[in-house]
Amino acid sequence: MKRFIGFVKKEIYHILRDRRSLFILFGMPIVQILLFGFAITNEINNVKIGILDKSNDEISRQLIQKIDASPYFQIDQYLYDSNEFETTFKKGKIKAILVFEAQTAKELITKGSVKIQVLTDATEPNTANTILNYIQAIIQNFQSEINLQQTIPLQIVVESKMLYNPELKSVYLFVPGVMTIILMLVSAMMTSISIAKEKEIGTMEILLVSPLNPSQVIVGKVFPYILLSIFNAIVILLLGFFVFGMPMNGNLVLLGLESVLFILSALSLGILISTISQTQQTAMMISLMGLLLPVILLSGYIFPISSMPQPLQIMSNIVPAKWYIIILKGIMLKASGIALLWKETLILVIMTLFFLALSVKNYKIRLE
Amino acid sequence: MSIKIENISKSYNKGKVQALQNISFEVQPGELFGLIGPDGAGKTTLFRILTTLLIADSGKASVMNKDVVADYKYIRNQVGYMPGKFSLYQDLTVEENLNFFATIFGTTLEENYDLIKDIYVQIEPFKTRRAGKLSGGMKQKLALSCALIHKPEVLFLDEPTTGVDPVSRKEFWEMLKRLQQKGITILVSTPYMDEAALCDRIALIKDGKILKTNTPEQIAQDFPHALFAIRADQMYQLLSDLKAYPKTYSVYPFGEYVHFSSDDATLTGIEIIKYLTSKGHQNVVIQPIKPDIEDIFMELS
Repeated sequence: MKRFIGFVKKEIYHILRDRRSLFILFGMPIVQILLFGFAITNEINNVKIGILDKSNDEISRQLIQKIDASPYFQIDQYLYDSNEFETTFKKGKIKAILVFEAQTAKELITKGSVKIQVLTDATEPNTANTILNYIQAIIQNFQSEINLQQTIPLQIVVESKMLYNPELKSVYLFVPGVMTIILMLVSAMMTSISIAKEKEIGTMEILLVSPLNPSQVIVGKVFPYILLSIFNAIVILLLGFFVFGMPMNGNLVLLGLESVLFILSALSLGILISTISQTQQTAMMISLMGLLLPVILLSGYIFPISSMPQPLQIMSNIVPAKWYIIILKGIMLKASGIALLWKETLILVIMTLFFLALSVKNYKIRLE
Repeated sequence: MSIKIENISKSYNKGKVQALQNISFEVQPGELFGLIGPDGAGKTTLFRILTTLLIADSGKASVMNKDVVADYKYIRNQVGYMPGKFSLYQDLTVEENLNFFATIFGTTLEENYDLIKDIYVQIEPFKTRRAGKLSGGMKQKLALSCALIHKPEVLFLDEPTTGVDPVSRKEFWEMLKRLQQKGITILVSTPYMDEAALCDRIALIKDGKILKTNTPEQIAQDFPHALFAIRADQMYQLLSDLKAYPKTYSVYPFGEYVHFSSDDATLTGIEIIKYLTSKGHQNVVIQPIKPDIEDIFMELS
């Protein structure tokens, strides 16, 4: 026990005295979450749109006013001819143009329906899609309003409701995502680097020729990172909760336990990487290519797994982060309990045990 | 027997590089034994086999009568090992390093203070300095303190004086002598020939083979040739003329002299001077000398 404490103490000195790792450990979570929260977002706000209103009547003006009044759009320019579309879009400021044909109001009253054209700049497909959806929603809303004033018989109205994230806030996506990345980074990358460092500077040679057995060395090296990871998870959750209004619907204890489980699986991966790398640089490259990229690309954090090609969907199953993100979202947004998440939890447990077994098998009690 | 090595062979890269070939020698308890040889001779490989870090391809070795493969745990608990490369934590202070190694060996600095006192007092003024910021000599003293902190019976020192200034080297060897008096068996390797004379017994190693094992004095006495140190004004000419001399066994530059050996034990200095003056050399200085380890190395290899 005394040896263990001595070892952990030494490890803490290492962490505190290396400015770079200190920044990765403490600065990174905060920078990342603020970056994702404020800068990288696919929500739209104050999008500038153009209007070509050939009818200029009661209906078109009411609708234009309604769109302008919403926080999402801002009418920037009135156009007078369809020739202007090209040049307007090419300038890049205007992302969408709304076209009302002549006599919109009259057509609506006589025929009962009218067509409105929406042109969007799809050079950024996701934004274009979102803009279109928002405009459609406003128009639909407007339609139901004017329907109230007139009596039109029998109409089917689709009332859609986005469950768990009604406003489609991206914060709900990135808080679990950033948390996963940070825990992966701190647990797997930092531990694999710190174990590889002992090999690189030659201290592993002395540690081997000492009464410490390999598992004591590993546990001693890993333990401080468990604490750090837990600390980071708490910081991210607090930031997400207080700064970005991330909901916390489920059981906090379950969330904590699942996070510890994920930290352990990341640590076991880190140990595995350290058994196959002799230098810090190798450990870092393997961690970045082998862990961080899959976490970002294949975990469903940024790109939905269901829209990936079949081979990638299958591959995503071996990424622990995928399961952890499912668990996180389940607990935070849907208030799911272990009864619903036991499958994902079990997969993480099995993965952790597998990586640990592989590390033990790979661990060398000698130099070669 | 403190250390026993029997027919140890070791190769790297699937046999492409033969690091050690059929090596055998023994180290008595309480002995200060030197493994002398140039870089790449296989010294570090042998140290790693003895400290249980590598497994030999063939042969047997034991430390304190325990097999280095089967009883590796026992050996790891007992011996002190100082690798050739400075292997302490550079970002920890002198004191933190010492305390750390004391802790993992289940002891404390105070408990074994008398053993390392001589060495530690020299680095104590710098005890709050980071190990990475120490000078070469200080680093070696700290590394030795760390290797000694658990009172090992056998101490393995792999090139402890490489890259250390001459004064610190001298101090370092004085420390080794004192440690030996405390009953510690020491196996030390060095590429410096002048340090060989400070050992009780030495083994000369080159290209993975032991050339000779004996006391430094005995090895010198066994030198089979007459040996002279010669100098003259034209050193380069002197070397080539001596190479052409029929009675020459070997000749090689040695500091500001050339060392010259001959098979002919009756050869005198006067005879050589005669030959050299006939070749037009001036200011020839010649003196018979006793061989040192370097001469023996040249002779054997």
